[in-house]
Amino acid sequence: MKPKPTTRKSAPRKAESNRYVLRLYVAGQTPKSVHAIANIKKICEENLKGRYVLDVIDLYQQPQLAQGEQIIAVPTLIKKLPPPLRRIIGDMSNTERVLVGLDLQKRG
Amino acid sequence: MPKARTQLPKSPTGIQGLDEITGGGLPKGRPTLVCGGAGCGKTLLAMEFLVRGARQFNEPGVFMAFEETAQDLTQNGASLGFDLKDLIARKKIVVDFVYIERSEIEETGEYDLEGLFIRLGQAIDSIGAKRVVLDTIDSLFAGLPNPLILRAELRRLFRWLKDKGVTAIITSERGEGTLTRQGLEEYVSDCVILLDQRASDLISSRLLRIIKYRGSTHGRNEYPFLIDENGISVLPITSLGLQQAASTQRIPTGIERLDAMLGGAGYYRGSSVLISGTAGTGKSSFAAHFAQAACRRGERALYFTFEESPSQIMRNMRSIGIDLSPWVQKGLLQFEAHRPTFAGLEMHLTTMRKAVTAFKPQVVIVDPLNSFIIGGNETQVKSMLMRLVDFLKMNQITSLYTSLTSDSGALEQTDVAISSVIDTWVLLRAIEIGGERNRGLYILKSRGMAHSNQIREFLLTDHGVELRDVYVGPGSVPSGSARLTQEAKEQAAQAARKQEVERGQLELERKRKALEAQIAAMRVEFEAQETETLKIIAQEQTREAHLTQERVDMGQSRKADRKANRRAHK
Repeated sequence: MKPKPTTRKSAPRKAESNRYVLRLYVAGQTPKSVHAIANIKKICEENLKGRYVLDVIDLYQQPQLAQGEQIIAVPTLIKKLPPPLRRIIGDMSNTERVLVGLDLQKRG
Repeated sequence: MPKARTQLPKSPTGIQGLDEITGGGLPKGRPTLVCGGAGCGKTLLAMEFLVRGARQFNEPGVFMAFEETAQDLTQNGASLGFDLKDLIARKKIVVDFVYIERSEIEETGEYDLEGLFIRLGQAIDSIGAKRVVLDTIDSLFAGLPNPLILRAELRRLFRWLKDKGVTAIITSERGEGTLTRQGLEEYVSDCVILLDQRASDLISSRLLRIIKYRGSTHGRNEYPFLIDENGISVLPITSLGLQQAASTQRIPTGIERLDAMLGGAGYYRGSSVLISGTAGTGKSSFAAHFAQAACRRGERALYFTFEESPSQIMRNMRSIGIDLSPWVQKGLLQFEAHRPTFAGLEMHLTTMRKAVTAFKPQVVIVDPLNSFIIGGNETQVKSMLMRLVDFLKMNQITSLYTSLTSDSGALEQTDVAISSVIDTWVLLRAIEIGGERNRGLYILKSRGMAHSNQIREFLLTDHGVELRDVYVGPGSVPSGSARLTQEAKEQAAQAARKQEVERGQLELERKRKALEAQIAAMRVEFEAQETETLKIIAQEQTREAHLTQERVDMGQSRKADRKANRRAHK
């Protein structure tokens, strides 16, 4: 799987502080990868529509990125922006946890 | 260690002593678990394994650190003399610091550790690594949720490492009552090494034990190990077995008459000699003699001193005419002075081993041995000594130990029950008689030679130790002025005996003379009596004759019968 911008929508300038830069690291086309991609896309569309950038990267294609990005577990979604940095691991099936991880919901 | 017939291939660690007890190293191409509590040297062991692999065995390695950053590791390595930076630059080692921060992580469903695999695989391939270290794997459990997934993934990781054919060390924290906190020993079944650190009598020692080593023989004991500026050294307790070659060569003791007592030739080369005695009996002097003799032969002597400084020893020995300083200048004699308390026994042993390895002496002196005995650690001292003796014997080094015995205790019982490892034991003792304190020595034992059974008096003169003549008289061994007195007494007694004999002879003579006089007197008396008696007899006969004549005359005058008279007269 090529690292291609799956969804890239320019956020309006006024919402710059709210802009989300997300990177999802997966390892090949495993069921976990597929689930994770589908789940995160859905969550983003529902909660961050218009103000996020999501890159999906396959570590098999770019293994050198694993070290640089401190990836151990896959799938890992890294919230680069806004701070603080967060790592959300797993297949993103627990939507509530994903939202907590994205600081879109208070920890319950 | 004897090699088993079908040993699995091993990967030498290059760590001093560890390869001896593992019989050649860690299982090649398999993971080894190194577990232990905090600060017992897991990381260092792992790092040394990698560094030595890269430097000595041309096996590049990957260090995956979960606890320390690459910078920390480089610094720590530098303190042990490992130049990690250089090795990294030369593509011999890759250090990958795995950053896991629990607070940054949110778990949202099933995950796996494929990221770690990819990362490790990438690092291994980048330098063609043959060795891998994962330090400390427990950090994963602290950093990531869902231990069930982690366990399954670790199991997969160990299999994967095996498939990769890399020799790996995985370090893990020791758990309560279990080897590792997470029970990882169940997954790594090839080789498990336990590190421990224990303090006794305020001195802590590090210990290493091989819990299991599948498919290989290995030393099963707890082996003390040390970490110093040269890395780790493990000290096998008995790995040497008893296979030292025994030399028949003899080396002089430095004291001529002591040589004579030891079968005329001195100690055996490579033997262990103990000089024990009470305070002030001259133990160090014997040691100095021995050192000097070695240097005179052109051999090297290493003198470990634990109570006096080298200059103090040299000054004191000069006073008995032994000048050691020229030998020090010539580089034949080296002093190693340490306080016994400066480190634990193991540290001492290693320092000594290192000094011996570096200086390569033919003669080693340890003065005194019992400074090591602090509290009730005699067993450890004995085991340390045994290892030291073993080590020195292996290298055909003759060792001389001095030991102080207390005045009150039995002389032959040194504080350390070390007799069994000692080949020649010379006992010095003070002899207190007649207001004097003199020195005597005897050879308690000397394996493999006909040695003297005499107790000999010796003097510390201005030209060293001097044994006095063997005292051949009866009675106990006198010493000092008592000896002189004894000799004078014996001379007097001899004179007295001579006089006695003379007097006896005179008396006899006198008696004989007296007897002879008596006999003479009696004879004179007898002769007088005899003369008298004969005179009387003669007179009587004359008178008888007269009477007879008178009768005849009477008869003639009276005309009596002649016949009858004659018959009656007959």
